[in-house]
Amino acid sequence: MTGSVWRAENVHVSFGTTPRSRALDGVDLEIRSGEIVALVGESGSGKTTLARVITGLQAPTTGQVLLDGEPLGTGQRALRAYRRRTQLILQDPLGALNPRHTVYESVAEGIRLHGLAASDPEGRSEAELVAAALSSAGLRPPERLFLRYPHELSGGQRQRVLIAGSLALSPELLIADEPVSSLDASIRGEILALLLRLRETLGLGVLVVTHDLGLAWNIADRVAVMYLGRIVESGSTEEVLQRPQHPYTRALLSVVPEIEGMEQTILTGEIPDPARIPPGCRFHPRCPALERGEASAAGVDEACRTQDPRLLPLPLPGHAAACHLAQVRAGAATGTATESGRTS
Amino acid sequence: MSTDARISARALARRRRSASLRRGWALFREHRSGVAGLVILGCFTAMALLAPLVSDSAGLSVTRSTGGILQPPDSQFWLGTDENGRSILTLLVWGSRISLFVGLLATAISMFVGTIMGLAAGYFRGFVGAALFRITEWFLVIPFLPLAIVIATVLQRGLLTIAFVIGITSWPGTALLIRSQVLSIRERPYIERAQILGAGRWHQIRRHILPNVMPMVFANTTLTVAVAILTETTLSFLGLGDPTRVSWGSMLEGAYSVGAMTTGSWWYILPPGICVVLVVLSFVLVGQALEDVLNPRLRRR
Amino acid sequence: MAEDAIVVDESLGSETLLDLRSLSVTYQTDQGPVPAVRGVDLTVRRGEVVGVAGESGCGKSTLASTVLRLQPATATVTGEVLVSGADVITMRWGELRALRWAGASIVFQGALHALNPVQSVGAQIGEPIRIHEPGIEDSEVTARISELLQQVGLSPSRAAMYPHQLSGGQRQRVMIAMALACRPALIVADEPTTALDVMVQAQVLGVLEKLVKDLDVGMMIISHDLSVLASSCDRIVVMYAGRVVEEGPAHAVFDRALHPYTAALSAAFPRVGDPAARFAPAGLAGDPPDPTSRPPGCSFAPRCPLAIEACREAEPELREIEPGRWAACIRVGEP
Repeated sequence: MTGSVWRAENVHVSFGTTPRSRALDGVDLEIRSGEIVALVGESGSGKTTLARVITGLQAPTTGQVLLDGEPLGTGQRALRAYRRRTQLILQDPLGALNPRHTVYESVAEGIRLHGLAASDPEGRSEAELVAAALSSAGLRPPERLFLRYPHELSGGQRQRVLIAGSLALSPELLIADEPVSSLDASIRGEILALLLRLRETLGLGVLVVTHDLGLAWNIADRVAVMYLGRIVESGSTEEVLQRPQHPYTRALLSVVPEIEGMEQTILTGEIPDPARIPPGCRFHPRCPALERGEASAAGVDEACRTQDPRLLPLPLPGHAAACHLAQVRAGAATGTATESGRTS
Repeated sequence: MSTDARISARALARRRRSASLRRGWALFREHRSGVAGLVILGCFTAMALLAPLVSDSAGLSVTRSTGGILQPPDSQFWLGTDENGRSILTLLVWGSRISLFVGLLATAISMFVGTIMGLAAGYFRGFVGAALFRITEWFLVIPFLPLAIVIATVLQRGLLTIAFVIGITSWPGTALLIRSQVLSIRERPYIERAQILGAGRWHQIRRHILPNVMPMVFANTTLTVAVAILTETTLSFLGLGDPTRVSWGSMLEGAYSVGAMTTGSWWYILPPGICVVLVVLSFVLVGQALEDVLNPRLRRR
Repeated sequence: MAEDAIVVDESLGSETLLDLRSLSVTYQTDQGPVPAVRGVDLTVRRGEVVGVAGESGCGKSTLASTVLRLQPATATVTGEVLVSGADVITMRWGELRALRWAGASIVFQGALHALNPVQSVGAQIGEPIRIHEPGIEDSEVTARISELLQQVGLSPSRAAMYPHQLSGGQRQRVMIAMALACRPALIVADEPTTALDVMVQAQVLGVLEKLVKDLDVGMMIISHDLSVLASSCDRIVVMYAGRVVEEGPAHAVFDRALHPYTAALSAAFPRVGDPAARFAPAGLAGDPPDPTSRPPGCSFAPRCPLAIEACREAEPELREIEPGRWAACIRVGEP
């Protein structure tokens, strides 16, 4: 594999009129082929918007997406070429398949759009390409499914058909939006195992968008936690999930039902309206560390209320957090963290 | 081997399609009213197609008529005669050709314009969609019959003009229906998936949106035919039809102008009136049944 | 055998609110009868939270609907459904109406669609109160609505709001408040936290937990998520293909599953920090069985990693493996 790099740089996406709703408010993210990154957050955190920006379905208001240093074009032709390399698997496999198309037609759609059967280096026919894509998505023997309609498939099969449709384009990055949330528990593992296998056999990069921390622990190399349009903590999965530094990540982890022995920190309320992002640290009105006085003990409570923290590296391997308290605790210089001020 | 798989795949696909057609037919047959409508339509279509065989077109000529004036039904003229001594039955049989032809042609025009406008108004966001939607609404609020009368008066009298007038004034309803359907389909995730796979607009419309609105277009067609036939009757009745041809509408006009009502010549008024009602009714019945069969949301609990 | 369990329950002295006895539900369809629930015994006592776990099509929602005889007309029900001792299946209409809301109530999944969009939530909470207590003073209804909203952790000022003004979690709380309106002794919650974020899910589960403690009601929670049930229930019943395959204390079932299906469900929600789950998502091959064509013998055998020849011959009975823990698997407890 060539080892391509996708990079989102300072991506902002806002909608509507005053006050504009800031769905993404300055996000940087890097993914390499062969790597599995989990983008974790609650609904309203902007994680799906970020996935759409990286796929080129949503143009950023400011900022850009780069593939191997090349900014993502906006023309139809450029986007088409880009999408061959970057595929998004939508949530809701039943809705994402046209109910009037057979499995064969759904998987062949991308092959036809890009004329892949004519340009296949091994001279394979369209049917062979479809069969190959279905088999690599774990549907064997593929011919038996060719003529089925989506409603005749099980939930797991539908998800695999969707994945096969993307694999048929031989992409280098697969973005999966909540790949297992609509599936039965016993099917979950199989689909996640498929993503892992694709990374191993095809060298695919995978960006998994999910609210499920257990899923991240299952398959991701790296985790980025989003809150209200920003990445608030990122790092290797072991680091972030076992030594969370941001109070929000800690709270999220504490309410995962299967984690024992961690005192539950149930945040009050829900994610605020992205049109009214709180001043200072966007998490401060719900922050348990501020409420419990930990922030004032560390002398950063004023900064929490007034200064927007940047995502800065902590002196832990590959670990970064956007939190004044975490920076102070980690012994990093707070000066750089606080002077940055707000983003526009 | 793979080509074998492909050929058999095609054959299987065809078999599946015919199976689904059969399923649709079975569903249709559950609607008694729809089947009744279909039977009546079949009779009228047969009558229109077989007109040259069952009756002589010479019977339409005013100069060569053999009957008396406004003669009531008897054994020779089963439905009596008109003011020119022509057989009402002959007029009725030949009139069905014109009424059905104009109705179907007008519907084809209306469906074509309505589908294109509806598709475009629904698919394109922003200025284009909004402008097309306004145009559609504008046509919709223009009083339909006066506009039809104006156009029919301005243009040359003739069969095609009548069809054109009806077609061009009756599309907005179809367009609005199609637009609302397109608006809902274009938000389906599979449209977005096609976009992710690299599909442009044309592909999205052709492969995903059009096949999903076609059933609705078909169901709507039958309803539009009914309106078109009624309108043809109305226009002919108002004397705006093709003066050289006999249709059910022009028969009604003739009956009205000779005062068939006051003279009690019911045989001149009732037969064309009943025919119009029957054809319109059966198109509506078939349309309702079709809508039930083709619209999966109404189907099954 | 399940009869024994009931005897043990009663010896504990707490009141049995719900008692399902060899309950079977069969749907009549075009393809012939389809059994959805097949011989389920289950009890819920006052002050107890029982979780019913299973995947789509396992019969858990059908089970919930029979508690208030809400199953569709095409369903045939056999066995007994006793709510506070009265049989729901044979009950007359008048009694059934009194039972719905006041005796037992259901919190449905999908809170957005279950609420009327053109009525304020206060009016909707008050509706069952007015129906069940005709002639009640308006001021008293208002007071009850405020009290109910507070019980589910919402400010009484929310009563004037309409469903679209509330977030998903708040709507789910309103649904719970509605279910509590007539002070039922038994609450059935069907997927109460599905489609909610983890944080909101924790909030809602907290509300439910507090209600059971404060109001001393009995609760049955139905969910596909075994980890949610493990953290909020006392006892868990696991269903597969219309039958109970395992039953026992919540944590024991989640942490040390007896039945291989429960083990797979439990492993599907990995513990964060568990090195065994790292890059090793656990799942089961195959799909849940189609209720129209169930395999012979144990329904789970085709997907079971432990299946042997004997599994395909006879459907295993639910038997007590250790005190209080039941499983329907012939391989459990093998030496």
